[in-house]
Amino acid sequence: MASQTLYDKLWDQHLVKQREDGTALIYIDRHLLHEVTSPQAFEGLRLAGRKPWRLDANLATPDHNVPTSLKERAAGIAGIEDETSRIQVQTLDDNCNSFNIEQFTINDARQGIVHVVGPEQGATLPGMTVVCGDSHTATHGAFAALAHGIGTSEVEHVLATQCLIQRKMKNMLVRVDGRLGTGVTAKDVVLAIIGEIGTAGGTGYAIEFGGSAIQDISMEGRMTICNMAIEAGARVGLVGVDDITIDYLYERPYAPNAQQWEAAVADWRNLVSDADAEFDKVVVLKAEDIAPQVTWGTSPEQVTSVNGVVPDPAAASDDTEARGITRALEYMGLSAQQKITDIKLDRVFIGSCTNSRIEDLREAARVAEGRTVAKSLKQAMVVPGSGLVKAQAEAEGLHEIFLAAGFEWREPGCSMCLAMNADKLGAGEHCASTSNRNFEGRQGFGGRTHLVSPAMAAAAAIAGHFVDVRDFAPIPTNNTQVA
Amino acid sequence: MEKFIRQQGLVAPLDRANVDTDLIIPKQFLKSIKRTGFGPNLFDELRYLDEGYIGQDISKRPLNPDFVLNQPRYAGASVLLARRNFGCGSSREHAPWALTDFGFRVVIAPSFADIFYNNSFKNGLLLITLDEDTVDRLFKEAEAVEGYRLDIDLEAQAVITPSGESIPFEVDSFRKHCLMEGLDDIGLTLKDQDAIDSFEKRHRTERPWLFRDGKTA
Repeated sequence: MASQTLYDKLWDQHLVKQREDGTALIYIDRHLLHEVTSPQAFEGLRLAGRKPWRLDANLATPDHNVPTSLKERAAGIAGIEDETSRIQVQTLDDNCNSFNIEQFTINDARQGIVHVVGPEQGATLPGMTVVCGDSHTATHGAFAALAHGIGTSEVEHVLATQCLIQRKMKNMLVRVDGRLGTGVTAKDVVLAIIGEIGTAGGTGYAIEFGGSAIQDISMEGRMTICNMAIEAGARVGLVGVDDITIDYLYERPYAPNAQQWEAAVADWRNLVSDADAEFDKVVVLKAEDIAPQVTWGTSPEQVTSVNGVVPDPAAASDDTEARGITRALEYMGLSAQQKITDIKLDRVFIGSCTNSRIEDLREAARVAEGRTVAKSLKQAMVVPGSGLVKAQAEAEGLHEIFLAAGFEWREPGCSMCLAMNADKLGAGEHCASTSNRNFEGRQGFGGRTHLVSPAMAAAAAIAGHFVDVRDFAPIPTNNTQVA
Repeated sequence: MEKFIRQQGLVAPLDRANVDTDLIIPKQFLKSIKRTGFGPNLFDELRYLDEGYIGQDISKRPLNPDFVLNQPRYAGASVLLARRNFGCGSSREHAPWALTDFGFRVVIAPSFADIFYNNSFKNGLLLITLDEDTVDRLFKEAEAVEGYRLDIDLEAQAVITPSGESIPFEVDSFRKHCLMEGLDDIGLTLKDQDAIDSFEKRHRTERPWLFRDGKTA
């Protein structure tokens, strides 16, 4: 057989039918659901008199709308003060009950952001196709699963047929060679990649991340990288299987049982690109060149290193880009050539499907330990990605570090990443955020988002403005598993 | 889904690259559990000067006079002219729902984000990709000539300008077919029920751990 990329292998393993018009029917193994993009799909099923094809493929949890304050959470769905949010979370609950779909309900310990919950449970496995009505489904590609976001019509299509109509994408390899410097994390790597290829650089491609720097990164760090593949325009991000993948999955609740574990692992070992596989495009970055990153604009590609400056529209490559920079500077209230470290902050948000896992919280806590959030800040909040992450962090005493430093310690959910709940920015406020999108208004009307790693966010909270976390002692280790 | 065969429409130019789905329809409106009613909040943060929320009286909101869709000459536009990477960001289908609810049937741009592209065709919204120079020229014409209309012929795969010039465009044959017939693709997929069944049986035998019960049959 001709050599194949990981993406080619996953595609072939799920091909139900190739149609003459170039489209293909692809089988879906895992479908994750949340409250925002599913109600119209369930309604569609009902109107057409259709039933879910295979119930056990589906797993639901509310995340986008759920309040993160203990006061509101204590009373469950009924306690959600915002009426429209309450109706949406209630609708998910009703739909899961009436269609018999497994759900981690609002106050279940396993509830959380779908992209944190799936891997944490072992519900995301190598060799699966994973979809969800959320673009950050790319996260699950860290497990060598073919995972991507879908719209609501496709949510309905998957529920009804267990398949999607797809066209094969092209293959791109993004290789990060060398070793990351201390204090440089997975988040900095992915921001640097987006800065390099642009927000449309991956459109039409499945991106595989490889190279020694990626191999050194933990599963959680790999999830952070794949999570933001969509911010480079690629629906799919992938990392091949290795020992780190397999060790992570061992004994997770939904992982293969003891009798099947060895067979599964043997199968998973093939889920890497063949050595001589050809990619349509290859991009290479040197790990040593990557410094902690900060976005200055309103698109994730508008990013630079913490020691950099805000760019000048005059230096843009074309008119469209120059207008984009001008507009971004105006919205962000920044001026050309301004130093990144001079940007003062109003709020800090540590959370989201990009950076709310236990390693992210440890990384932030190491920086915050024994220090105090700057008085000039209105708020610094830490929102764990799931109930289980929260419990683990509390078992390790991380919450005490955060609380002592002046951070708020919240209940799990998407929170201020997209501000569908009560957690949001005010107009004109600058926020150091560990989330994934710095779009206009994303974190609140008129809000100004700067994307950074958890360590950089924590350091910014302490200083009140951006600082190079590498200058902060004790220096946090990057999230690698190799000593 | 509403059929699309051929349609002439007034063109509104939105001169901005990387228009993301948060900009097309901000998150607070995603709390609706319906597919309709998003039109009044299309491009909410660009159209209005105040902050929008669900259930607001739209007629009382201050309009941003600089925004293209608020200019009287573009009232009733059904063709949106846009710049590269239109529709990037989230997978929210509320974005095409808002565009169609507002009255758009066509968006022309040099490139579109993948998920938005998929979602649009499933809602009767035709996306046409033309090269950057051609789009630039259409921008200039639409801005120069009040009442500038384009004739979009999906069957012939052509955009016809007022001067009679015919600009060809590519479209996936499956999507074209669905759009021209107004087809529900779930019904089409279910015609392959037997193929799905037999795939599923084989898949289960080969990789039982992908199924919750771990059984091979």
